[in-house]
Amino acid sequence: MTALLFSIRNVSVSYGKIEAVRDVSLDIPAGTIVTVVGANGAGKSTLLNAAMGVLAPAAGQFLLDGRPLADTSVEDRVAAGLSLVPERRELFATMPVEDNLRLGAYRRPRGRSATQGLEEVYALFPRLKERRRQAAGTLSGGERQMLAMGRALMACPRLLMLDEPSLGLAPRVVKDILRLIAELRATGVAILLVEQNARAALQVADWGVVMETGSATLAGPAAELAGDPRVIESYLGLKDVEPV
Amino acid sequence: MTRFCPRALAAGLALAVLTLPLIPATPEYWITVLNDIGLAAPVVIGLMVLTGVGGITSFGQAAFCGFGAYTTALLTTAHGISPWATLPVVIVLTAAAAVAIGLMTVRLSGHYLPLGTMAWAISLYYLFGTLEMLGQHDGISGIPPLSVAGHPLYDGRSVFYVIWGFVALATIATENLLDSRVGRAIRALKGGAVAARAFGVNTERAKLAVFVYAAVLAGISGWLYAHVQRAVTPTPFGLNAGIEYLLMAVIGGAGQVWGAILGAGLVPILKDWLQIVLPKLFHRTGDYDTIVFGTILVLLLQFSRDGLWVQVRRLLPAPGRTATVADGPALPRRTLPPRGRPLLDVASLQKVFGGLVAVRDVSFTVAAGEIVGLIGPNGAGKSTTFNLITGVLRRSSGTVRLLGEPIEGKDSRLIAELGVARSFQHVKLLPEMSVLDNVALGAHLRGGAGMVRAMLRAERAEERALKAEAARQLRRCGLGDCLHQPAGTLALGQSRVVEIARALCLDPLLLLLDEPAAGLRHGEKRVLAELLDQLRAEGTTILLVEHDMDFVMGLVDRLVVMDFGSKIAEGGPAAIRKDPTVLEAYLGGIE
Amino acid sequence: MDTTIALFLAQDGVINGAIYALLGLSLVLVFTVTRVIFVPQGEFVAYGALTLAALERGETPGTAWLALALGAVACLQTLALVPAARKGWALVRLLAFDLGLPAAVAALAELTAPLHLGQAARVGLTLAIIAPLGPFLYRIVFRPLARASVLVLLIASVGVHLGLVGLGLVFFGAEGSRSTPLSAANLTLGPLTVTGQSLWILGVTGLLMGALGLFFGRTLTGKALRATAVNRLGARLVGIPAERAGWLAFGMAATIGAVSGILSAPVTTTFYDTGFITGLKGFVAAIIADLVSYPGVAVAAIAVGLVESFASFWASSFKEVIVFTTIIPVLLWRSVRSPHAEDEE
Repeated sequence: MTALLFSIRNVSVSYGKIEAVRDVSLDIPAGTIVTVVGANGAGKSTLLNAAMGVLAPAAGQFLLDGRPLADTSVEDRVAAGLSLVPERRELFATMPVEDNLRLGAYRRPRGRSATQGLEEVYALFPRLKERRRQAAGTLSGGERQMLAMGRALMACPRLLMLDEPSLGLAPRVVKDILRLIAELRATGVAILLVEQNARAALQVADWGVVMETGSATLAGPAAELAGDPRVIESYLGLKDVEPV
Repeated sequence: MTRFCPRALAAGLALAVLTLPLIPATPEYWITVLNDIGLAAPVVIGLMVLTGVGGITSFGQAAFCGFGAYTTALLTTAHGISPWATLPVVIVLTAAAAVAIGLMTVRLSGHYLPLGTMAWAISLYYLFGTLEMLGQHDGISGIPPLSVAGHPLYDGRSVFYVIWGFVALATIATENLLDSRVGRAIRALKGGAVAARAFGVNTERAKLAVFVYAAVLAGISGWLYAHVQRAVTPTPFGLNAGIEYLLMAVIGGAGQVWGAILGAGLVPILKDWLQIVLPKLFHRTGDYDTIVFGTILVLLLQFSRDGLWVQVRRLLPAPGRTATVADGPALPRRTLPPRGRPLLDVASLQKVFGGLVAVRDVSFTVAAGEIVGLIGPNGAGKSTTFNLITGVLRRSSGTVRLLGEPIEGKDSRLIAELGVARSFQHVKLLPEMSVLDNVALGAHLRGGAGMVRAMLRAERAEERALKAEAARQLRRCGLGDCLHQPAGTLALGQSRVVEIARALCLDPLLLLLDEPAAGLRHGEKRVLAELLDQLRAEGTTILLVEHDMDFVMGLVDRLVVMDFGSKIAEGGPAAIRKDPTVLEAYLGGIE
Repeated sequence: MDTTIALFLAQDGVINGAIYALLGLSLVLVFTVTRVIFVPQGEFVAYGALTLAALERGETPGTAWLALALGAVACLQTLALVPAARKGWALVRLLAFDLGLPAAVAALAELTAPLHLGQAARVGLTLAIIAPLGPFLYRIVFRPLARASVLVLLIASVGVHLGLVGLGLVFFGAEGSRSTPLSAANLTLGPLTVTGQSLWILGVTGLLMGALGLFFGRTLTGKALRATAVNRLGARLVGIPAERAGWLAFGMAATIGAVSGILSAPVTTTFYDTGFITGLKGFVAAIIADLVSYPGVAVAAIAVGLVESFASFWASSFKEVIVFTTIIPVLLWRSVRSPHAEDEE
């Protein structure tokens, strides 16, 4: 068993009076892909944003290498090895692709050359190299996702958190992105993948968690979950409405 | 222990102040200070409505004062018109100037208006100092005093009551204004503009209205000033004076008439004191008080952004709430179409953002009296469709008809007027405002009283009817117990229901609900489902966008499923559950 | 009007415009990075000019003590709010920057002012005194308000303006000052005499703009500032600390303000309160450029300078009125063009 990299312990997150995440716990061993699936509105993005420090949890904590992150700023979490590719990508739209990537290396660990990182990202996403002088805002949806991932990788993360990487992308592009996610694991990066596209996510992941209206309702090896009818239920509300 | 009664104390204090000028022993200086406070108060009250309530601000209020002062100075000295006769002229001219500046800036994002007023303040200041007609830097002197019943009011003691009479009028008019249909629209400007627009409030006009209101109060104060001082020079109307008024409004308290008076009182007194103390400290003469005021301003914004009145009010007992809502005449209602008749007809709707097709050739209908759910995975185009129907976004092609009448391309206000009411995914209620007032905003289009009628309380019958309607809708939704509570104190589930009550106040043909169950607990969801079910039984037509499948499946008559901007399925809940395309869309898959 | 006068007015306009351009640039920089509409930018200009003049007279300018006082406040505030700053290297850095640096600069000013060192030394000292004021003010006033609306930030910046003007009066008195030109040389170009100081102004403005261009276009720090302006969340997610970007922007604004003050000090008499009107003219340029575009600001500022200079010839008493009303057609045009501005904050 590989070492535990990141843990989510009994985390709850609220927006004002709305409790978007309720008592969720989850462990991510180094070098594995863990996916959180569930219909939209289940609280998956909120969980990621809290893990990154963009939102503060109302209860519970996040641990990196066993150390709590409560007082760590977003910037310092980046330096500590967490990277988030947010749902809306949040690229620097008016700046060229290459500048976006170089800024991704803002908190890159000392001794790891940004130029070499750039080459690695370009090797992973040749399309970005072709477009490196183009403004990020002019890229297509798939390219933006690649750029967002590339930018996150420039920080040499130990845990890459991806929020709905398939969102709005054509099925063929989704396939490419998922193949890349699998490749990334091979480089030793652990991945926390939040997806609505459950079948695809469970196909590449090692471990899966199903979230439903803020709570984790199911967890297990991804392959087992993929065949579990309760996953379908959680999406389409097949269970009887009556018991409340 | 005797009970401390602040209310009586305040009344006693006011009475004591009012009798001061009658006592010959009162120092002349006190009267001057009180008169100065009274002259500043209307300006600050106006600014308070503008900044604290409306969420916009102006550095040019002193310039509006100057506008009023110079207008009357010129008319009374050069043309011999009597002071009282120039008051309407002052009001009209100040309002016209404010409309001109306002029209230029209210459509732009928030910070342009204050910057525009800065430019206006500086320009006007230099104009005052340059125009020969206005006496350049010497200004105009020999302005006649006000006279009451033939008695000219030369000294401070006699004009005291006129000044404070105007303060009282400004206070009453402002309190009346804020407690009215227009007042609700104004209060919604700060943080609730989107919701207000959805209920037919012309927010740009409301912004302009408060701006003009504040300017007119400043103009009247300038008019008074001219006749109290009987001379005008440019300096009291410069940008620095404008900043000082803003200081008074911020110190006193955002959004409170009494805070404005407190601020107008504190700043001059503190200033006088500082101007005595500080030069001694620095061993030099000069206006060093700005250092202290600048620091106070920053500290207040950091630590007590709502000003000092909030702190004072804590000491006062909570205002007694009117426990009941007076019965008002029923408002006229729309005739609802017969059940089953097509109400909303969306045909080949398309929306392209840049190169991305967000909604592709979507068609569906909603018949009167049914609940239709619009569902689909994240990014499917549901919200865009919703926004196209409500006129928040403009469609690229296709048609949307309401009872056969095309509404696509219409402004969201007009669509609201035609009877489409909506709720918001992220609850958009004004937390400080009472639940009743929040809901009454929904009935905005069913009233017609404007600012002047509101200030004069000439719209009470209509206002009663609007309030009664709001109360009726709240009771219908089961919230009859929390009418007078601030909306911010409600739980999320109740807030969502308040949004529905507000939408019902529009007397809608069609109710559009954007994720009404998001974030609700199980029990709350059940209550909401029961409510929607009951509304359907009463003839309301509902189209809802929802994520929560348990909620949707048990409630709706029909479902429209979207994915990648297109409609992929339509039908009853049972059929949709079994539809392989829907399953595929929701669970995805690579191959 | 003959060509000579026109040329003279144009020269005058361009030179004033260059100063407004520097101000406008700072305003845009501060606004895009921190959302603060920095009304007191002009005070940096006045402080720069008056500090230089005071040093020239052999006096220690009060601004040196102000920097030390603000440094102390910023230091205490950081110690109170940021537990991590209370130990180790962070504490050393904090004390060095907030107390050590301004104390050293103030001591230097106190020691060297009576010696009447050369102009270069005085200019250097002026910059060293004024530049830290920006970061200190950011940390004391605006950092705690980071989540506030643009409107609240604007009112706070008016508060800072009030404070700085009052302190200006304390430090420099009500009398105006002028300093010696950086160059006494004159250049005759046909009918036109160009003073050495004008060339300094144009040269330094050009140089500063070029340097800013390089900074924003080529350096990682410059790009990080731009990134913060373009996408605040994106910048945080790559690890650019918003706070650092903020104080950097304010530091640059203070430096550029001080430079403008040093450049204009020999040309116009500066009073403790002249910075406000000068700064507002920079605002006119910034507003014309919609508070976002740097080249736009430069062009608009030159235009403002030209309008002012020709207005002073044709209608000298209405000069200010004309300058400040130039934003009206701009606002009108933008208002007609822009459909809706959503301000839900």
